[in-house]
Amino acid sequence: MSAITFPTSSTWDRVKGYTPPTRFLPVIATLALFVGLFGAGGVRYDGLADPQVLLSLLIDNAFLIVLAVGMTFVILTGGIDLSVGSVVALSTMIAAKTLQMGWSPYLSIAAVLATGTLLGLLMGLLIHYFDIQPFIATLAGLFLARGLTYLISVESISISDETFTQLAFKTVYFGEYYLRWTAIVALITVAIAAYVLARTRFGRTVYAIGGSESSAMLMGLRVAFTKVGVYVISGFCASLAGLLFSLYILSGNSLHAVGMELDAIAAVVIGGTLLTGGRGYVVGSLLGVLVLGIIKTLISFDGTLSSYWIRIITGVLLLAFVVVQRFATRRQS
Amino acid sequence: MTQMDVQPSETGTAAPTARTPVIEMRDISITFGSVRALSEVSLRLYPGEVHALMGENGAGKSTLIKALTGVYTIDSGTVLVGGEEHSFSSPAASQAAGISTVYQEVNLVPNLTVAENMLLGREPRRFGAINVRAMNRRARETLTGLGLDIDPASVLGEHPIAIQQLVAIARAVDVEARVLILDEPTSSLDSDEVAKLFEVMRRLREQGVAIVFVSHFLDQIYEISDRMTILRNGRLVEERMVSETSQLELVKLMIGRELEALERLDREPPNTEAEVGTPVLQALGIGRKGSLEATDLELFEGEVIGIAGLLGSGRTELARLLFGADTVDTGELTFRSERRRLRSPRHAIDRKIAFSSEDRKAEGVVGDLTVADNMLLALQASRGWLRPIPQSTRTRLVDEYIQALDIRPADPSALMRNLSGGNQQKVLLARWLITEPEVLILDEPTRGIDIGAKAQIQAKVAELAAEGLSVVFISAELEEVLRLSDRLVVMRDRRKIDERPNYDVSVSDVLEIIAGEARSEQQPEQQEETRA
Amino acid sequence: MPESPTLVQRVVRHQLMWPVLALVALLVVNVVATPTFFNIRMQDGHLYGNLVDIVRNSAPVMLVALGMTLVIATRGIDLSVGAIAAIAAAVACTRIVGAADEGAATTAIMACTYALVVCLLLGAWNGFLVSVLGIQPIIATLILMVAGRGISMAITDGQITTVNNSWFSDLASGFVLTLPLAFLVAVGVFLLTALLTRRTALGMLIEAVGINPEASRLAGVRSRTIIWTVYAFAGLCAGIAGLVIAANTNSVNANSLGLWIELDAILAVVIGGTSLAGGRFSLTGTFIGALFIATLARTIPNIGIPSELNYLFKAVVVIAVCLLQSPKARAVFRSRRGGPTVPTGPAAPVPAKAGSVA
Ligand SMILES: Nc1ncnc2c1ncn2[C@@H]1O[C@H](COP(=O)(O)OP(=O)(O)OP(=O)(O)O)[C@@H](O)[C@H]1O
Ligand SMILES: [Mg+2]
Repeated sequence: MSAITFPTSSTWDRVKGYTPPTRFLPVIATLALFVGLFGAGGVRYDGLADPQVLLSLLIDNAFLIVLAVGMTFVILTGGIDLSVGSVVALSTMIAAKTLQMGWSPYLSIAAVLATGTLLGLLMGLLIHYFDIQPFIATLAGLFLARGLTYLISVESISISDETFTQLAFKTVYFGEYYLRWTAIVALITVAIAAYVLARTRFGRTVYAIGGSESSAMLMGLRVAFTKVGVYVISGFCASLAGLLFSLYILSGNSLHAVGMELDAIAAVVIGGTLLTGGRGYVVGSLLGVLVLGIIKTLISFDGTLSSYWIRIITGVLLLAFVVVQRFATRRQS
Repeated sequence: MTQMDVQPSETGTAAPTARTPVIEMRDISITFGSVRALSEVSLRLYPGEVHALMGENGAGKSTLIKALTGVYTIDSGTVLVGGEEHSFSSPAASQAAGISTVYQEVNLVPNLTVAENMLLGREPRRFGAINVRAMNRRARETLTGLGLDIDPASVLGEHPIAIQQLVAIARAVDVEARVLILDEPTSSLDSDEVAKLFEVMRRLREQGVAIVFVSHFLDQIYEISDRMTILRNGRLVEERMVSETSQLELVKLMIGRELEALERLDREPPNTEAEVGTPVLQALGIGRKGSLEATDLELFEGEVIGIAGLLGSGRTELARLLFGADTVDTGELTFRSERRRLRSPRHAIDRKIAFSSEDRKAEGVVGDLTVADNMLLALQASRGWLRPIPQSTRTRLVDEYIQALDIRPADPSALMRNLSGGNQQKVLLARWLITEPEVLILDEPTRGIDIGAKAQIQAKVAELAAEGLSVVFISAELEEVLRLSDRLVVMRDRRKIDERPNYDVSVSDVLEIIAGEARSEQQPEQQEETRA
Repeated sequence: MPESPTLVQRVVRHQLMWPVLALVALLVVNVVATPTFFNIRMQDGHLYGNLVDIVRNSAPVMLVALGMTLVIATRGIDLSVGAIAAIAAAVACTRIVGAADEGAATTAIMACTYALVVCLLLGAWNGFLVSVLGIQPIIATLILMVAGRGISMAITDGQITTVNNSWFSDLASGFVLTLPLAFLVAVGVFLLTALLTRRTALGMLIEAVGINPEASRLAGVRSRTIIWTVYAFAGLCAGIAGLVIAANTNSVNANSLGLWIELDAILAVVIGGTSLAGGRFSLTGTFIGALFIATLARTIPNIGIPSELNYLFKAVVVIAVCLLQSPKARAVFRSRRGGPTVPTGPAAPVPAKAGSVA
C-alpha cells in the first residue's frame, strides 16, 4: 500500500482531511454535544457559563460517575447490572447503621465496600456458572439489596460521624474555583478504569467477551474470571458510589437511589457504549453522566417549571441528544 | 474396525520421537441428545507429521477436534497426551498444554483490532501494561511471515472473511505449539495464500510440530499431508498413509461407495447463444466508495458468469451491490429493462434475484431456528407474514431439497446451529433455490462442502442454467469457476480487468490475466515483503 | 439414548416443564400455609376465592408481558410500558370525567378506544426510534419512560383523577361467565397474539430477526416493519393494562400507576423461558410466568411474611426459579450430565471416568 505516493498536499489539507477512527466517533459526538448544550445554556442563562458550574456538575454527580464506571465494565461484556441503585441504598444504610452503632468510620467504610463487592461476586457467579441471564440475576440482586436495606432499618438514619462530615466537605481549591474530594475520587476511578480497560489483559478480555463470548472461549481467554470479575467491579463501584452518596446527603435510607441504575445505564449508553457489548469507553460514560447532569442543571436554572414539565423536558432533551448523536455517528459509518 | 499399523513418514528431525504419539485419542464417543456424533473413534498424532482428517460433511471431523480441545465433554474413551492419560476441560486448558487450534468457522472477535485478535491473552507487556506498539509490531511480523499486508491496527470486522481466516491462522501459528489443529483453514483462501500457509506448515513440521489438517480439497491433502484418518458417519474407517492411497480410493473410503457424480465434472462448451436480446440484469458503471470502482456487467438468460479474482479484488463487493446488500454510490442497475436503485435486498428479491453470502455464520445461518425454517425463510419473507406457506407445501419443499442436496441429518426439525458447516451451506443454498429465482448470485457456494456434495451442487447449477436461470458464480477455486461458467469476468484491485467467453480458458490463463497487470505495478513490492 | 424418548422423558424435556413446576410449587406452599387456599365459592353467579383473585390480578402483568415477549424476541426491550400504562389511564379517565354523560357505556368505550389509539401511537414512536433511527432499544424506550410519566401528569394536571363509571370499573372488577373480565381480556389478548404469531409466519420472522438480524435482512425479511409492529403492539398491550389498573381503583395516579410493571413483565417473560438475548419465544411460557408473578404477590401476605422482608423473599424466589430453569445449574446440582452439552459454553465439569486425570 505504501507504494502509492500521495499527491503533494499542504499540512492544512491533511488536518482538514483528518478523520478520527470511527470507534471514537460516539465519544467525540457526546463531547461535542455536551459542549454545545453547555454553550447554549450559557447564552440563555446568566451564570451558567461559569466554570464552577462545570466543577459543581462533577461534585453533584460524583456517585453517578463511579456507578457508570462499574456499569461500563458490565455493559462492555454484553451484560447489564440492575442492582447498583439498590446497592447504593444498602451502602448508605450500612454506613449509617454501623456509625450509629459506634463503629470506627474506617471499619464502616470497609464493611460497605466488602458488602457491595460480595454481592457483585454472587451475581457474577450466578451469571457465569449457572447461566442465569444478567438482567434477571441482577434484578434479583436489586430485590436482595433493597430487601437487606429494609431489614437493617425501615426508618431513615442520619449520619453525624465527624470523620464522615469532614470528608464530605473536604475541598480542593483551584484559585477561586473548588472541587470536593468526592469528585476527585470519582475522577481517579475513571482514570484507573480507563487504564485497566485499555492496557490490561483483563480489560481487553472484557472487550473480547463483548465481541463474541463463544469466540473468546475458543480463543482460550479467561472468560469465567473476566465475566465474574466485571460484576465484582460493578458491585465494588456501586458500594463506593454508595459511600460518596452518603457523604453527599449524610443519611442512610431505604428509599435512596430508587431507579438510579437507569441513570447509570443511560449515562453509559449516551456515552457511546453499545449495550450489545464490545464497544465503548469509560470516558464516554463520564461524559454521559455530565450530559445528564447538565440537562438537570439547565432545568433548575430555569426554575419556573412544574415537576412534570421537568420530566417531559428531560425526556425531550434526552431524545434530541440521542438522535443527534445517532446521526453524527451514522453519517461516518 | 480395521486399523492399519502405519507409522508416520520419516520426516526430518522428527524421526527419533516418532514412536510415541503426542496425542492419542482412543475409542472416543460423543452424543448430542439422541444424535451420535462420534462412536469409538480413534486418532493418533505423531510429532512432525501433517495428519489429514478426512470425511464427508457431518462425518464428525469438527466434533472430534472439539472433543480433543475441551470444547465438548467426551462420553466415553480416553485421550493420551504424550503417552499419559489426560483430557482437557476447556479450550484454555488445551491451549496452555500447547495445542493451538483454528476452528472451522472464524472464531475471533470482530470488534478488536487484527493485532489484538492475534495476540489476545498473550500480549507483550511492559510494566504490567499492554505494549500496543510492540503488539502491533509483533503482529505485523507474523503477518508478513505469512505474506500478508494487513494493517495490524485495523479493526478485524472490517475485513472480508478470508482475511479473517488468515488472521485466525496467524494467531494459531504465532505460538510455540506442539500440536497445531487447522479445521478447514483453506476454505476461503486463494491458491497464493494456500501456498504460503503450506510453507508455514512445512516449516512447523520440520520443527516437530504435529499438525491436524482438515480440508475438502483433495489436491491440498495430497500436497501437504503424510497420513490421514478417515471418518464416515461418526465412525472410524481407516488410518492410512497418504502416499499409499489413490484419490479414487480415498473418495471411496470417505463416502462408502463409488462416486459417479465426479464423472460429470468435465466441462461442457460455453453457452454463448444466451447473449442475445435484453439482458436479465445489466449493471452500468456501478460502484461504491472504498469497495468497488465503476463496473459494467451484463447477465443474460440461462448464462453462468464466473467471477475470478484474488482476495479483495472486489468480487464479493460486486455481488453485494448487484443484490442491494450494499447500496451503490454511482451507476445504475437495470432489470429486464426496468431501471432501479436497489436500496435493500428486498428490492432485489422482488425482482427474483437471490444471493448467497460468503459469510455463512454472520450473514446466512439463523442458528436457533430449525433447518426447515432456515430453508423457507427467504420464500416466507417474500410472501409476507400474512401468507404462511401451507404445511403440505412446507413438507414437500423441505423434503425435496433435503434429498436433492443430501442434507444430513435429514431432519427438518433439527436446529440449524447443530448442523455441520457443510450441511449448513447446503441449507442456505436450498433457501434460495426454493424462491425459484431468475438470477442467482452465489458467493463461495461450495466453501466447506465435501467433494461429493460439491459435484452435486455444481451439477445443480449447470442444470438450472440449462433451464434458463442466470447465475453469477464466485469462487476462490478457479477450476470450479472455469468448469461452470459460460463467460468469465476477472477482477483485480476492486475493478473488472477482463471479460471473455470461456473458450478453452485454463487456470494458468486466468492467473496470467490477473498477474499480467499485477506484475507491472505490484510484484516488486510483494516480493520485498515475503523476503522480510 | 438411542431409543425414542418415553412420555416421561418428553415431559421432563419440555420447555414449559420448569415454569409450570415453579408455579405448582408456589401453590403448594400456599396450601400448606393456608389449607383453605384453594377454596372457591360461588356468589351471585361469580366465582370468588384466592385463585380467582390471582388470575384477576395477573391480568395487567400478563398483558404487558405478552407485548414484551415479542419485543424481547426481536432482541429489544421496552422500558416505557409502565409510563404508557399511566398515559392510557390518564387519557381514559380525563375523557370520562370530561364527558357529558360520565356514567354511560359509550363514554367508557369511547374513552378506552381513544386511550388505546394513543398507546398504539406511543408504541409506534418507540418502534420508529428503534427500527428507523437505529437507537438502542433500552435507551429509545427510556426516553418515553422518563417523559411518559410527565405527560401523564400533564394530562391529569398533576391531580389524582377519580372516575365514576360502572362500565369502566367492570374492566377490573366485572365478571363474565363467572370469571373476572380482566382475566378474560388478558386471555383474549393472549389467544389473539398466539394466533397472529403462530398461525401466520409472523412468529418465525420475529424470531429470525431476533436471532440473526443481518442474515434476516439478506433473506429479504422486512425487519423494520416487524420491529415497528412489535413495539406498537407492546404499546397497545401496555395501554390495556393501564386501563385495567385504573379501573381497579376507579382512579389514576400518574405518579404510581404501573410503576415498575416493566420489571415484573420482563420477569414473567424470562420465567416463561424466553431468553432476553432474543430469538425463540414462548407465549404460553409468558402466560404461566405472569400467573407465577401474581401468585407470588399473593403468597407473601398469605404465608405471613412481614412487609420489610418482601423484597428479600422475592429475590430468593426469583433466584430459585432461575436456578431451576438453568440446565447448567441442574447439571451442576445433579453433578451428572443429562442432555447435550451447551455447544457455546465451556463443557460442564463432568466426573471423569475411572482412572482418567481431569
Ligand atoms: N452441538 C451439536 N448438537 C447436536 N448435533 C451436533 C452438534 N455438533 C455437531 N452435531 C452433529 O454431529 C455431526 C458431526 O458434525 P461435525 O461438525 O463434526 O461434522 P464435520 O465432519 O466437521 O462436517 P463439515 O465438513 O461439514 O464441517 C453432524 O451430524 C452434526 O449435525
Ligand atoms: Mg466441520
